[in-house]
Amino acid sequence: MSTAPHALEVVDLRVELEYGEHEDIVDGISFRVAAGEVLGLVGESGSGKTTVGLAVLGHTRRGARVARGEVRVEGRDILTLPPLERQRLRGRLVSYVPQDPASALSPAMRIGGQLEETLSEHGFGASDAERRARIVEVLAEVLLPSDETFLRRYPHQLSGGQQQRVALAMAFANRPRVIVLDEPTTGLDVTTQAHVLETVRALCATHGVAAVYVSHDLAVVATLAMRVAVMYGGRLSEVGPTGTLFRLAAHPYTRRLVEAIPELSGKHALASIPGTAPRPGHRPAGCFFAPRCAYALEACTVAPPPLESVAADHVVRCIRHADVMKDAAAARPAATARAEIADEDALITVREVDAWYGVRHVLHGVELVIRPRECLALVGESGSGKTTLARCIAGLHTAYSGAISYRGQPLERGARARDANARREIQYVFQSPYNSLNPRKTIGQIVNQPLRHFFSLGGSEARRRVVEVLDTVQLSSTVLDRYPHQLSGGERQRAAIARALIANPQLLVCDEVTSALDVSVQAAIIDVLADLQRELDIGLLFVTHNLALIRTLSQEVAVMSEGRIVERGLVDHVLDRPQAEYTRKLLSDTPSLEAALAASG
Amino acid sequence: MSDLALGEPIEVDLETKPGRPWRLLFSTAWGQHRTKIGLGITLLIVGVALIGPLLAPYSPDQGVEGQLPFASPSSDAWFGTDDLGRDVLSRFLSGGVSVLILAGLSTAIGIVLGVAVGLTAAYSRGKLDDLLMRGMDVLLSLPQIVFALVLAATVGPELWLLVLAVGLTTMPRAARVTRGAAVEVVEKDFVRAAEAIGIPRRRILFSEVLPNITSPLIVETSLRMTFNVAVVAGLSFLGFGLQPPAADWGLMINENRNGLAIQPWPVLLPVIAIALLTIGTSLIGDGISRAAIGIERGRGGRE
Repeated sequence: MSTAPHALEVVDLRVELEYGEHEDIVDGISFRVAAGEVLGLVGESGSGKTTVGLAVLGHTRRGARVARGEVRVEGRDILTLPPLERQRLRGRLVSYVPQDPASALSPAMRIGGQLEETLSEHGFGASDAERRARIVEVLAEVLLPSDETFLRRYPHQLSGGQQQRVALAMAFANRPRVIVLDEPTTGLDVTTQAHVLETVRALCATHGVAAVYVSHDLAVVATLAMRVAVMYGGRLSEVGPTGTLFRLAAHPYTRRLVEAIPELSGKHALASIPGTAPRPGHRPAGCFFAPRCAYALEACTVAPPPLESVAADHVVRCIRHADVMKDAAAARPAATARAEIADEDALITVREVDAWYGVRHVLHGVELVIRPRECLALVGESGSGKTTLARCIAGLHTAYSGAISYRGQPLERGARARDANARREIQYVFQSPYNSLNPRKTIGQIVNQPLRHFFSLGGSEARRRVVEVLDTVQLSSTVLDRYPHQLSGGERQRAAIARALIANPQLLVCDEVTSALDVSVQAAIIDVLADLQRELDIGLLFVTHNLALIRTLSQEVAVMSEGRIVERGLVDHVLDRPQAEYTRKLLSDTPSLEAALAASG
Repeated sequence: MSDLALGEPIEVDLETKPGRPWRLLFSTAWGQHRTKIGLGITLLIVGVALIGPLLAPYSPDQGVEGQLPFASPSSDAWFGTDDLGRDVLSRFLSGGVSVLILAGLSTAIGIVLGVAVGLTAAYSRGKLDDLLMRGMDVLLSLPQIVFALVLAATVGPELWLLVLAVGLTTMPRAARVTRGAAVEVVEKDFVRAAEAIGIPRRRILFSEVLPNITSPLIVETSLRMTFNVAVVAGLSFLGFGLQPPAADWGLMINENRNGLAIQPWPVLLPVIAIALLTIGTSLIGDGISRAAIGIERGRGGRE
């Protein structure tokens, strides 16, 4: 061969279930990554992106196997190697950074020991001194200290961001040629995320490492990746350069994904993608996306579309790509006008609140006002105390001093001590719908619970109310007899919102309600909340770490840092002319598609 | 199919299974050979114990005419006679009910008390939790048999006392399992959600927490039943259960052990029955526990 082989080349990869009908999890996956290049592999949950990421390491999850295809690392197909040899390559030639750094690090070993083991396991360096030098070097590369006290720490003594950096250091330690990063910043707050992303990009560029960055967060991918591969239903639906893909998407799915990303400037209306991605064995004939696609034609449901090339280095699996690209060039719909703020008496006033978790002082003299029918966004990094404040208001956290009053009446600390009216009118929606719905009850029973408790309502009247509320959150009455595990994450969160709504609340406290969900689902939940606020006239306390979400929804915003409110004001003022240093930093760290595209020209 | 290694949970595809948690658990448990075999054995022994008294050819406490003590099997007495010349088969068929009832009652008492203590401890946390669980530890440190012996020695061999003693020693074990399973559940947000709207504590425990720990409790119940059958039989063997001339498996073993060399049947039959019963109940428990773990994995192991 005359030209140098790509650092990573995946050819016609198929991974299928080991048992049963051998249904494919992913099929026909081909892509290349050059040395020093970052390829973003994006898709919703269940699209097969993690399966492809693992296959690059020559690995499959239990119950799956590689049925066909090649994974070439510097020209050598690693799938044909015997298992033992393949295992030896992992960590040396190809390495992996998992989503949860805690699972990559052994909780029982010191940081130094783990790095040392990573090197000696692969025979790196001739002596201890040489390995020690490499540890110091690689820790410096990921911007961590390498002094003795740090090396002697255990993983639990590090912050989430530091843990992820150690995981990065371990992955880069043996100077691999290819690295797979599986949503490594999902658990981190935006500031830490920005630093980690910057480190990944710098390391790949400096050492000529080919990286595959698996993520569902398109804004992150846009910031980091030079090329993007979009996956849907176990197939590549589009592969191309980042800028082209986001500006001139040729696949309807890509376009919907791009439109579902919230923007800091809030110029566009958020668009959600109706329906869910098909699972293996439940995929339709023809194009898998056809049932959810606005462009679908008769022909789309007959045969799966071929992967076609639309430009240099840009392939797409859609027969109507020409039309999609033409429409993508047109502008996205503008955001609809927001409800105006009415100046009335406060719904909730928080005065001089200090709160503690055990001995830790988490809130310092917090002052806050929520007006009726208004949405107040409470923004801050994880650990800033925003959830604690929300829980104090809802009566779920009692260790605080100061006063919280509801419509001018002081509230008791704990929910149990409050009168039934206060409990009914302040409702709380929890962060994770995987945790907040009793798995042993049907959705009908769960949503009915507050109704029975507050209004002693039963029978057909109760059922009518439940169906009505489910309809408000766009769930059909077919979910009544289903159990939470039979619902998708987005559906579960709607059910949780329905449970809060059925009590006829005046204030809905939403604690990071979208952070456990996919981007496409997130948009739909925000839509539901915005509708509720407009139509039901309820107040909203929207707690989030994602600044980009708030412009669509909120009139006012309060920014929290280390237990203090550092800035408060109208959303447009705060986002366009941030006063506090911290707000400015938060804004610049929030990954933005627009900024990334502007930077790339 | 049958190459399941010990302790390996089975794989459950939740999409093809019905939604109801109970039906799912039992249908998954039923799908394994061990559960079917265990249930078969248990039903056989329970059947023998319950219907047995009606089938007995002779009265269990009267000697068979023309038969000496420790007579070998014959057409008159199929399994021979015991130390007093009574029909072994009739005594065996009549002697199972007492073991079943005593073991069942004491298990039920122990589980109910243990669940109440365990749930209270898990939900209250803090001092009450410590107080309850350390109290359970004290009870746990007493060997079941010894505890029952001490009680029987002070009050006398009363049946209610035997049930109470075995029940009380079952309680701490059930309490530990309940608390262990419930501490995770009480931390879940759906419990917070119920608290936030002011649902009474007792209702939270029974309608939010309890339904989520039924799988370990069912497993624990079958395990405790297994143990209690042996303990109850052991206590009657030692003379603290039913008193002669009543027919009882534990008692039969004791009365006839002297003749083991010449007429083994009056000892062998109850021993086999007790062994089968414990094997049966523990197989059922094992099947359910594997099914429960399999379902848990299937639910958590999604992408």
